[in-house]
Amino acid sequence: MKRVLACFVVLAAFPLVMQAMDNLFYVSLASRMLIYAIAATSLNLALGYGGMVSFGHAAFFGAGAYTVAILATEGISNLWLAWPAAVVVAAVAALMIGAVSLRTRGVYFIMITLAFAQMVYYIFVSLKEYGGEDGLPLPGRSSGLPLSLADDVTWYYLVLALFAATLYGLYRLSRSRFGRVIEAIRENEVRAEAIGFPVYRYKLACFVLSGAAAGLAGALIANQASYVSPSLLHWIQSGTLMIMVILGGVGTLWGGALGAIALLALEHLISDYQIDWLERLAPNYQDHAGLAVGVVLLAIVLAAPQGLAGMLSGKRRA
Amino acid sequence: MKRMAVVAAAASFSVAALVSFGAHAADELKVGFLSTLSGPAGGIGIEIRDGFNLALKLNGGKLGGMKADVIYADDTLNPQTGRQLAERMLKRDRVDLMTGIVFSNVMLAVWPTLEQAKTFYIAPNATPTAITGKGCSPYFFSASWPNEAHHEAAGEFASSKGYKNAFLIAPNYPAGKDALTGFKRTYKGTVAAEVYSKLNQLDYSAEIAQMRASHANAVYAFLPGGMGINFIKQFVAAGLSKDMQLIVPGFVSDQDVVRAVGEPMLGLFDTSQWAYDLDNDANRKFVSAFEKEYQRIPTLYAEQGYTAALIIDQAVRDAKGKVHDAKAFRAALMKAPERAKTPRGQWKEAANGTPIQDYYVRALVKDREGRIVNRKIGTILKDHKDYWAKDCSMQ
Amino acid sequence: MSGLLFLEQSLNGLQFGLMLFLLAAGLTLVFGIMDMINLAHGSLYMIGAYLMATLAQATGSFWIALPLALAATALVGAILELTLLRRLYGRDHLAQVLATFAVILIANEVVRIVWGPQPLLLNAPPSLTGPVTLPGGLQYASYRLLIIGVGILVALLLYFLIAKTRVGMLVRAGASNREMALAMGVDIRRLFTAVFALGAALCALAGAMLGPILAVQVGMGENILILAFVVIVIGGIGSIRGALVGALLVGIVDTSGRAFLPLFFGVFLPPQFASAAGPALASVLIYLLMAVVLFFRPQGLFPARG
Repeated sequence: MKRVLACFVVLAAFPLVMQAMDNLFYVSLASRMLIYAIAATSLNLALGYGGMVSFGHAAFFGAGAYTVAILATEGISNLWLAWPAAVVVAAVAALMIGAVSLRTRGVYFIMITLAFAQMVYYIFVSLKEYGGEDGLPLPGRSSGLPLSLADDVTWYYLVLALFAATLYGLYRLSRSRFGRVIEAIRENEVRAEAIGFPVYRYKLACFVLSGAAAGLAGALIANQASYVSPSLLHWIQSGTLMIMVILGGVGTLWGGALGAIALLALEHLISDYQIDWLERLAPNYQDHAGLAVGVVLLAIVLAAPQGLAGMLSGKRRA
Repeated sequence: MKRMAVVAAAASFSVAALVSFGAHAADELKVGFLSTLSGPAGGIGIEIRDGFNLALKLNGGKLGGMKADVIYADDTLNPQTGRQLAERMLKRDRVDLMTGIVFSNVMLAVWPTLEQAKTFYIAPNATPTAITGKGCSPYFFSASWPNEAHHEAAGEFASSKGYKNAFLIAPNYPAGKDALTGFKRTYKGTVAAEVYSKLNQLDYSAEIAQMRASHANAVYAFLPGGMGINFIKQFVAAGLSKDMQLIVPGFVSDQDVVRAVGEPMLGLFDTSQWAYDLDNDANRKFVSAFEKEYQRIPTLYAEQGYTAALIIDQAVRDAKGKVHDAKAFRAALMKAPERAKTPRGQWKEAANGTPIQDYYVRALVKDREGRIVNRKIGTILKDHKDYWAKDCSMQ
Repeated sequence: MSGLLFLEQSLNGLQFGLMLFLLAAGLTLVFGIMDMINLAHGSLYMIGAYLMATLAQATGSFWIALPLALAATALVGAILELTLLRRLYGRDHLAQVLATFAVILIANEVVRIVWGPQPLLLNAPPSLTGPVTLPGGLQYASYRLLIIGVGILVALLLYFLIAKTRVGMLVRAGASNREMALAMGVDIRRLFTAVFALGAALCALAGAMLGPILAVQVGMGENILILAFVVIVIGGIGSIRGALVGALLVGIVDTSGRAFLPLFFGVFLPPQFASAAGPALASVLIYLLMAVVLFFRPQGLFPARG
């Protein structure tokens, strides 16, 4: 508990430090990391806690983002309208996709979630009035709060608050009856069914909640850059979210967050800061950040499947 | 123990943050060069960059008398990446000017960020009608051409040669739409079909089949970079070049494509704002310096990059380095084309930030040394102005 | 719509479908026998194309380079299997997905480092750069006819290999019941490596043949990989016949969609929308097809497992 508080104190103090150093670019970067932390945490609910390997999570993330963007283009930029709308759209998408996909198992489940996500991708790409392949810029960040969200520091604090809320929500959920049943289903579905739990309904509910949270993250990412692009919906985005989850620790509370922050920090460090001796050794290494990501990912899968969270706490997933 | 690892990572992140303070020397000009430098269309960005760098080199690494610090970034033809990179250049690196963007979709995605930051952008390529018409801005200066010009020139040419029935194809993105709109504006024959392929599409078998079925006598294709390479190869392989004249804007048939396709391209016509055999001293200097430096014939893209650098050099010099003084720098930019000696010869800038210049027709032939070149065969449009300038409120 | 147009588009669909088959065949065997999701299959396709382009430049001949590229890629595949993929058999699918996703990232960067970020040039053999006149008067690109020919030849060879040889029998046994095959004493490790190398060679063949038409560039594997997965899910995991049927279906649906839907939409939509709606719908159709097949026949059309 103390560690958690310490973390949040640091996170809260961060923008003030950056402001003092006149380097607000990093506050914007940190907001982006926190938004992906929310998205990865939402996937962790379905994947880690629920055991559902969904390869189509980007569909919900992107659907939330596009909802906000399309509403903004049509003149509705009040966050009290747009953001819940994003969550609802993502939840409905999760309901429809989950209802069909959860009737399958194993690799078919993975493939069918992927297929549905690709369908969502192609549908949005075909919407030429809303940017199509080129993406859609938003007129600005959402309105509706007494403070202007265009200010990077204010935006950061709002994202931080929502991040804390998401984590808290996951914490309470995992400790609730619902959470326990989901874990039981993940451990042994047949047994859970035999005990009498309506397994399909629990899984679907978990899937929908996970999608809804991803929708919220999507609403935030649309605001972050004031821009949405179909790449938010692409299967590579789904894969990236999965990488974050496994990097951070499948099925752990902080897994999504740690993985997202670690991955984005790694990419940023490699691409943006030239280490001279490394440059001499391997010219243009900065163009190849993907190599480091790939190697780290491989190492984690082969050697440390519990991810960063597992390494930090020494705990094993039960 | 493992906790130390996380703390160490966090610490190094903060240190790195501290270290990268956009330290800004007073007599240094920071230029952000955001371009498409990889992938099938990467050749275009590389040509523009090489032209730009050549001008810099010939100028002793200076622009307008100030030492130039150029920061290069690759948008990989992804508008989202372009936008993120632009933000980084503006907010973290604090560039004074920006240039380099190849593609209109990236341009349109990046533009709001640039305009908000009140940073001047000198376009060496993409000049979308959305930014030159109603959306015109003092911060946008094109050193290349308005998006529709080459296509208007081609339409004029196709009409003058009597091609009665034309099949049009372009990629489905802003410049593609501008292209066919421009062509149709000046073309007086019948449009057999107007097809938009996917951006970066590589296999044109479906579209080629449609062309064959349409019995058009000319095909007008705007397919820049790698798209053009594939299309021309497939067009010839399908036997269509015998029955249909292929007309293209210079983007589709310059040296980058010639290097990849070769002889099958002979006999093609294209339109351009520049030709390697233009008769003026600045051009001769440019072509020979480029061939010496890079061992290849320059493309129109290279000329655009070179000219953009010359324009920046002239304007910064005339504005005495005050690139953040909007009025002064804008005034200097507007006069720069007439004062700088660019390979294009004499041209002016219109109030909406687009060039007013001549457009030529070139043909693909072999020169005396057996190289395949784009020889100028005539001027099709003189002192041509951007059609959308009428919508711009700036005068 | 003229008969010639229809014929030409059909040939295009056949060509695309047969190339998809080459990719899907290797993928379905690996999946069926080793129960492994191998996302890196697309990377082998890319490596095959790159090796082909390099060898074609070096030897100056398309035909000499082709068998060399196939052998080299098969070797790369075998090494990949021996060093890395072995560790993934028996792991859960998530681990396999992530590990092979990592291989994609690494392969993309390695290729970029070795060959640079620009696409490589790969041209069709000089004798095949022009058209051929088919009965009926259609002029069709001769190189594309070659692709169709190669695809059909490989399909026949694979059929012969799988159905009529001992090795093929072992493969079929492994695909339909791995545990039983093991119990019967099949040297499963060597079989796995061989199957993987064969899959890699097929990928290389597809990459080498499609290289002159598409582009040899980093990331070329990702786009076609998804389609290959759709093909094997539709066709049935572990079944070559399913891969062929699935591939032809997907190839024809995709090409027809791209070719005919814009014409169809063009009747009542402006050209830009018609041009976008067509391909979008065509792409969606393929996934819809897969979802429908999975719904009614969750094992695919020709499941290998009894």
